[in-house]
Amino acid sequence: MKLLMIFISASLINNFVLTYFLGICPFVGVSNKTENALNMGLATTFVMTLTAAVTWPVYYYILVKYNVPYLQYAAFIIIIAALVQFVEMYIRKSSPSLYRALGIYLPLITTNCAVLGLALFMVMREYNYIESIVFGFATGVGFTLAILMMSGIREELEFADIPKPFQGISITLIIAGMMALAFMGFAGLIRG
Amino acid sequence: MAENNSLWYEFKKGLWQDLPPFRLVLGTCPTLAVTNSVLNGISMGLATLFVLLSANIIISALRKYIAPQVRIAVYVVIIALLVTVADLYLAAQFPAISKALGPYVPLIIVNCIILGRAEGFAQKNPVVPSVMDALGIGIGFTLSLAVMGAIREVLGFGTVLNFMVLSPTWFEPWIVMILPAGAFIVFGGLVALVNYISSRKAAKTV
Repeated sequence: MKLLMIFISASLINNFVLTYFLGICPFVGVSNKTENALNMGLATTFVMTLTAAVTWPVYYYILVKYNVPYLQYAAFIIIIAALVQFVEMYIRKSSPSLYRALGIYLPLITTNCAVLGLALFMVMREYNYIESIVFGFATGVGFTLAILMMSGIREELEFADIPKPFQGISITLIIAGMMALAFMGFAGLIRG
Repeated sequence: MAENNSLWYEFKKGLWQDLPPFRLVLGTCPTLAVTNSVLNGISMGLATLFVLLSANIIISALRKYIAPQVRIAVYVVIIALLVTVADLYLAAQFPAISKALGPYVPLIIVNCIILGRAEGFAQKNPVVPSVMDALGIGIGFTLSLAVMGAIREVLGFGTVLNFMVLSPTWFEPWIVMILPAGAFIVFGGLVALVNYISSRKAAKTV
């Protein structure tokens, strides 16, 4: 039951993009086409799940054990960068077609603050190992959902007559604001 | 004199031409997340300024010794360690601010402004211009956060730096402004405003 709560909370109610403002760069940058947005979301979800699975043991069995938790930021960012690199190499070898679809997005994920934010929240909320993996996966799903919805809206928007100063990033942010308002409705799902 | 001019240019460009959140659209996460009050915005801006300045100095000083193949990894580690310093300092000296900013202090590591300046400026330039560059961009960023914070605090609470500006007797606070949605909308509006002003400026000079 707790796992389900974590899943719903991380993917809908406390959606990383719309309530914590994490992962805004790809959210604005890669949301102009639905297909790109979906691929970016899937790649991010994969890396997030993996990040949760790897950073948890490193934090508890290495950093806490040897009493150096203050090195967590440096450790986490190195792990994330290394993971992204490995995932990229693996996909390139095992599935060239998937690599062509995801390739250019993978390096971007390293600087996606949502991935580092995920590792930090995981430690702050003291999740156990299973909970952390669910949390990582759910955060990825939430990110995919947000970026996919945004790309759908932006594709429609191409035909809209937007005042010049508002074109591009500005209107995207304002729509994100509307989406954040809509997502607040999900808050009723828990403790309802 | 020419050199002074170019140093002044490196400083000045961060204040308008390359104003980080609105013109370059970098560092959006903290811009949106911590600007529910002026104080939070300014503290975040100053913490970022410290990391940016130190990172630019270190990277520019070491630029001849860092192998180009591993440069990004080296930069990220330098930045992560500087952010750890800033985080521990804030937690020790200003526990209230540290608590209000929460996970957004460690997230300075992945603030694209810092890596962007390291990659785009510090690795190619000597220490002094890098310092000017960091100061300009850092102060521009701090001011932008303060403006965002001011708009949201005035409309959301009716206060600026906790002083009552709009009296609650006649002003109903716009709760939406301190919610995440307000952050997106104010940011979008300011980007549009900056676009509008610069297009007017461009039209005048032509």
